[in-house]
Amino acid sequence: MVLVIAEQRDGVLNKTSWETIVAAQQLGQPVQVAVAGVDLQAVAAELAAADVEAVLTVEHPALSSYTPDGFVTAFAAVVTSEAPEYVLLSHTYQTREFAPRLAARLGRSLITDCVATKTREDRLTFVRPMFQGKFVADVAPTGPAPHFASFQIGAFRPDAVSRGSSPAAIRSYPLELDASAIRQTVEPPFQEAKQAVDLTQAERIVAVGRGIKGEEHIALAQQLAAALGAEIAASRPICDSGWLPMDRQVGSSGQTVSPKLYLALGISGAIQHLVGMKGARTIVAVNKDADAPIFEVADFGIVGDLFEVVPALIAALETES
Amino acid sequence: MKIAVCVKQVVTREWPLRVDDAATWVQDRDASFEMNEPDAYALEEALRLKEQHGGEVVVCSAGPARVAQVIREALARGADRAIRVESDRLATADAGMVAEALASAMREEAFDLVLTGLQSDDQGFAQTGVVLAELLEIPHATIIMEVQVADQTLRVKRELEGGWFQWVSMPTPALLTIQSGINQLRYATLKGIMAAKRKDVRVVEPSADLTPYQEILELYVPEKGKQTRLIEGSPGEAANELVRVLREEARVI
Repeated sequence: MVLVIAEQRDGVLNKTSWETIVAAQQLGQPVQVAVAGVDLQAVAAELAAADVEAVLTVEHPALSSYTPDGFVTAFAAVVTSEAPEYVLLSHTYQTREFAPRLAARLGRSLITDCVATKTREDRLTFVRPMFQGKFVADVAPTGPAPHFASFQIGAFRPDAVSRGSSPAAIRSYPLELDASAIRQTVEPPFQEAKQAVDLTQAERIVAVGRGIKGEEHIALAQQLAAALGAEIAASRPICDSGWLPMDRQVGSSGQTVSPKLYLALGISGAIQHLVGMKGARTIVAVNKDADAPIFEVADFGIVGDLFEVVPALIAALETES
Repeated sequence: MKIAVCVKQVVTREWPLRVDDAATWVQDRDASFEMNEPDAYALEEALRLKEQHGGEVVVCSAGPARVAQVIREALARGADRAIRVESDRLATADAGMVAEALASAMREEAFDLVLTGLQSDDQGFAQTGVVLAELLEIPHATIIMEVQVADQTLRVKRELEGGWFQWVSMPTPALLTIQSGINQLRYATLKGIMAAKRKDVRVVEPSADLTPYQEILELYVPEKGKQTRLIEGSPGEAANELVRVLREEARVI
């Protein structure tokens, strides 16, 4: 049996849970889906539309807000009693926090950030990026089941989920949980002061990465942005260094954009950045490294020194317009 | 406060990576190495907490003998002493194996706070710190952007997706994985580099029965999802052609 751990917050299902169900359905084994929290009837009913054996609701007042201790304890009980061969999750910020500990508590390990599964030498193998996406590896778990794996967001299409002819059975899991053993207390989620820049509305974006080398070179990218009528944006390291404000950041921890034109300057294309911009209609990459992962999503590319290419681009735009 | 920081040594970002002959790792025999970037932020946060609250910072790293280089660097930046778990088997080890190696060397120290980076630049598991917390039987929180300490309690700002955050509190001892950008990194001073030479480094061997949980069957270059049209020529020629293509074919400018 394959157990999918779905994710919800305040009764709203995280859509990546469907992607994980797709991954599970491809393994050719019965699939069950577990979801934890309180008041899960609606979420469970939604999940029961998938072609799965059962949906398990894991309800307890102490799970009303997510905490790592609460979720590790709850799902350790579920996995122990249901004894799945595989436990699959989506590689979200939440599962990154509790799933490695869940696997460790059961003496097993988790293969994170997978993009596909395949069978090699009769072993189920998980395909995952390594070295910032420059390579991928076929990784097989060793030792006994259960084997845990998490899938990168977007690795599977949520609409590829196979739906059942009738709703799956919904079972309430009889969870016993000592709430006093939960050591974390959480406050409500919040956003920092309203984002000053809404990059999601930009038609064109010029984004800079580590290749820009120094704060003093940001002005060059800004000149190009001005010539294109584009907003300036950046990958995380640039904002971490304070060269551009955090509200200019594109990627998993910043904004997700889909402009007509996304011009990436000196951005290698780590997955945390790609998830924020791969929906752009036309992607152009300028990078000195021809093997940079950004070229996997780029429509057009110039392999070269951005300090030569960008001034030439500004000149070309100014003369031809 | 007795603070441990776990750092990993990784191949530098600039190193041109190639797959090795066995196709299970990269050719790194002659590579240059550096401190994993998120771990550098964890170290910086530990040094700042020590400056505010007193105590000591102990840097911990697991890997082959070459790991001594990042230990020296951490000591030069201000860590007080170090624990180095040395084994060639740890060079390519999975997160569970590294966490077990670290935990057995760190347990007796009874640290009040353990910090790690949120993930490594090489394998990118994002879980060594979390597994370590389980092995040390202490609470944890991940992807932390601010740390407040008061009376054996931590209040930390945890990053959620898409620009959201959340404050989480827990008692110490505890483990936090630190997000890049939480602070501004300091560099080692000449004085720090000199002082590092006199600082204590405890070298320990991991248990012989350490076994992998995962096996890399093959490492390879990913297939391209999209056909990129590369525009050739001198910078001037390429720029002119790109502007033409964006204007006339893609029609986005």
